[in-house]
Amino acid sequence: MSKTKSPSWADVTPRADFLRRRSLIAGAGAALAFGAGPARAGLSAVPSAYSTDAKPNTLEEITSYNNFYEFGWDKGDPAKYAGALTTDPWSVEIGGLVGRPGRYDLADVLKTAPLEERIYRFRCVEAWSMVIPWIGFPLAALLARVEPQPGAKYVAFETLLRPEEMPGQRAGGIDWPYVEGLRLDEAMHPLTILASGLYGEELPRQNGAPLRLVVPWKYGFKSIKSIVKITLTAEEPRTTWKALQPREYGFYANVNPEVDHPRWSQASERRIGAGLLAGREPTLMFNGYADEVAGLYAGLDLRKNY
Amino acid sequence: MIGAMNGALRRVPVWAVYLAGLLPLAWIIWLTLAGGIGVDPVKAIEHRLGRVALWFLIGGLAVSPLRRLAGLNLLRFRRAVGLTAFLYVCLHALAWIWFDMGLLWAQAAADLVKRPYLLFGMVALALMVPLAVTSNNASVRRLGPAWRRLHWLTYPAVALGVVHYLWQMKVISTEGWLWAAALAGLLVLRLPGLARLRLV
Repeated sequence: MSKTKSPSWADVTPRADFLRRRSLIAGAGAALAFGAGPARAGLSAVPSAYSTDAKPNTLEEITSYNNFYEFGWDKGDPAKYAGALTTDPWSVEIGGLVGRPGRYDLADVLKTAPLEERIYRFRCVEAWSMVIPWIGFPLAALLARVEPQPGAKYVAFETLLRPEEMPGQRAGGIDWPYVEGLRLDEAMHPLTILASGLYGEELPRQNGAPLRLVVPWKYGFKSIKSIVKITLTAEEPRTTWKALQPREYGFYANVNPEVDHPRWSQASERRIGAGLLAGREPTLMFNGYADEVAGLYAGLDLRKNY
Repeated sequence: MIGAMNGALRRVPVWAVYLAGLLPLAWIIWLTLAGGIGVDPVKAIEHRLGRVALWFLIGGLAVSPLRRLAGLNLLRFRRAVGLTAFLYVCLHALAWIWFDMGLLWAQAAADLVKRPYLLFGMVALALMVPLAVTSNNASVRRLGPAWRRLHWLTYPAVALGVVHYLWQMKVISTEGWLWAAALAGLLVLRLPGLARLRLV
């Protein structure tokens, strides 16, 4: 780990202050004199050495600019329509090549390991990026709990299928439910987390509540949201975008500035929130996590396995 | 009904159409300055400009079928519609190279060559340049019959623009298909067999 000290929350606008920014301005004096912010029922999480020291995007940016096609094609649709999603009760069915298959209640899943705050770079395949302060725990801890069998080589994930609450699933275009997958060693990597929170609070629905995958060295579409099923398999599982456009989206989807998307360059990216005239910044190999993950791909031709 | 509309339209000065054509631009500028454009102003501006261009491009193609099929005469405004479309196409391309590509000319050029949808958009823009330059009475007079032949380029230009719009989507949305259908319909109406079709 070459990362420097964990950034402090003093660097960002606290969520409570952000949410009441208008009253902070409007109410001026009195409110400021006496108004200690409302008590926050936040998630407690310990800092992580894996966090980047880059400045996180604002909560508004992270929660209003989402690709979550279950709620519509526009990046504003998830924030508009995800409110109707029921996230309690929630359980995750874990099966396949594991010693302890079963339906695990969300509360039980979240007890797997202590929650950590992981401030990760996030790079979308569309060549934009953010920095996001996730709350979560290593997927490896959950997988260890369910005891993978020796034949297990891959992990398949599935998003909730509930068209009555997910308007995008009532439209065509994608073969719902959304599915994703990782190689088992990728899934076991300490950078790979299941996130249940953001900015110190429960995950907003448009960001994949109540439980989502975060794989920071891969394009964002690998980080599947609102997970209801995890299956360990011997064969590479079907993944939604690869099935839809195999020439454009591969199983690996590692962030790689040297391998372009057929329709655009991946050499650079636009940081959301950087401003109209900020231009682009160079994209880093494995999204800047090469020190940690390059070893997973030794000997693999990343041009063929994009 | 149509007669009354045509009568009313005759009293609308052409400059009013040019002015109305600037309203979407004013709206985009207002949203940007007021902070209402969203968290990604770059894409929002670029896409809004492109979409407005599409309205005017398709709108321009609708003028002559509207007159032929419905008797609605908007011919007087067609030049304003076309030039407004060209303005938005130019602004759209400018937003791309400046805000989106950050003036990384080499990467932009490489993208252009490798990515058909960008190339289609650029070719559409290039085809529109001679059309815009000759959208004045002097050119119509000077070019004579050649003017009509030259302005036939409108069709490939708009078609390339629509393909450019559809091709940049990950999956073509309903809105995308509607635009494609509108274009297809307006082109079909110009086929020799249908060119004499009348509804009224």
